Amino acid sequence: MSEIVMECKNLCKSYGGKAALSGLDMEIRRGRIVGLLGPNGSGKTTLIKIANGLLRPDAGEILIDGGPVGRESKAKVSYLPDCLSLPEWMRVGELIKFYAGFFSDFSEEKARAMLKSLGLEDSARFKSLSKGNKEKVQLILTMSREASLYLLDEPLGGVDPATRDYILGAIIANYSESSSVVISTHLISDVEKVLDEVFFIREGRIFLSDTVDNIRDVRGMSVDALFREEFRC
Amino acid sequence: MRWNFVSDRPIYAQIVESMKLFIAGGELAPGGKVPPVRDLAAEAGVNPNTMQRALAELEREGLLRSNRTSGRYVTDDAAVVEAVRLSLAKAETVRFLGAMEKLGYGRADIARLVENFKAGDDKA
Repeated sequence: MSEIVMECKNLCKSYGGKAALSGLDMEIRRGRIVGLLGPNGSGKTTLIKIANGLLRPDAGEILIDGGPVGRESKAKVSYLPDCLSLPEWMRVGELIKFYAGFFSDFSEEKARAMLKSLGLEDSARFKSLSKGNKEKVQLILTMSREASLYLLDEPLGGVDPATRDYILGAIIANYSESSSVVISTHLISDVEKVLDEVFFIREGRIFLSDTVDNIRDVRGMSVDALFREEFRC
Repeated sequence: MRWNFVSDRPIYAQIVESMKLFIAGGELAPGGKVPPVRDLAAEAGVNPNTMQRALAELEREGLLRSNRTSGRYVTDDAAVVEAVRLSLAKAETVRFLGAMEKLGYGRADIARLVENFKAGDDKA
């Protein structure tokens, strides 16, 4: 296994003349939990969609586990979209079977154990769950794969603080030295204790990357404070 | 164990300080087993690599020792634990004296105040 799980070189993508990524360079090392931090419209979702093969870059290169994005890389990347994307009519038990059918690295056992700790029954219909529980179910399904790279797009958006704590706890509990987790968010004060390092993205480019403790040590401020300073409107 | 973190200092350094407090205060008993990194990280809500780094530092300082097969233990050297306890107590004293000096109290006044202090005095 290579030390670098994801590598981007000069990645470019525009939508009808409007640039979303303009020469993005980034390296994510194995065994890291990293934050992709930037304001709305900075390119976070575009980057994540390119990394899991939902979009194609216009130029530049992206490698997952040393190989190109495609059939093989999709088997190694577990993706949590920034919106609820599961079939509403399914029951929790059916969703587990659905994921198990799609992904050979999916652990039904792990998913069931996590759902059980939340008190969610197999027979519960997805559409009858609260927004917080829907987000939790979707995260559990994403984290129950044995992937090399977990791409979590805004996993904390629109949920209450207790649910945020649950989600962050689940990310820590699933930590593995052989995989990496990318968390895209702008809710920085909630996540910074969980992150090894952060990448600040602006106008489709990484303009600052460092470890959380290095930022605190050298600048004497939290990542959240640095973000507010850098992105002051 | 209670974990509190401030936002403007490295998390790693704050974990080291908290662990010292747990050891000096006896919450982690001398010679006792330290929970696995993953469990401690989950409990403190921090990155497992950061927790690992802090525990390695405590090993380097001689407060923890690790056994290849059975995990990490708190040192059973009473002198080492006592030294940590004393250094934390001194740091608290420095903080206290600093605050009292700002209020214009001299050493003798402070000593008298401490000597005569009874529980509940602060509510009077």
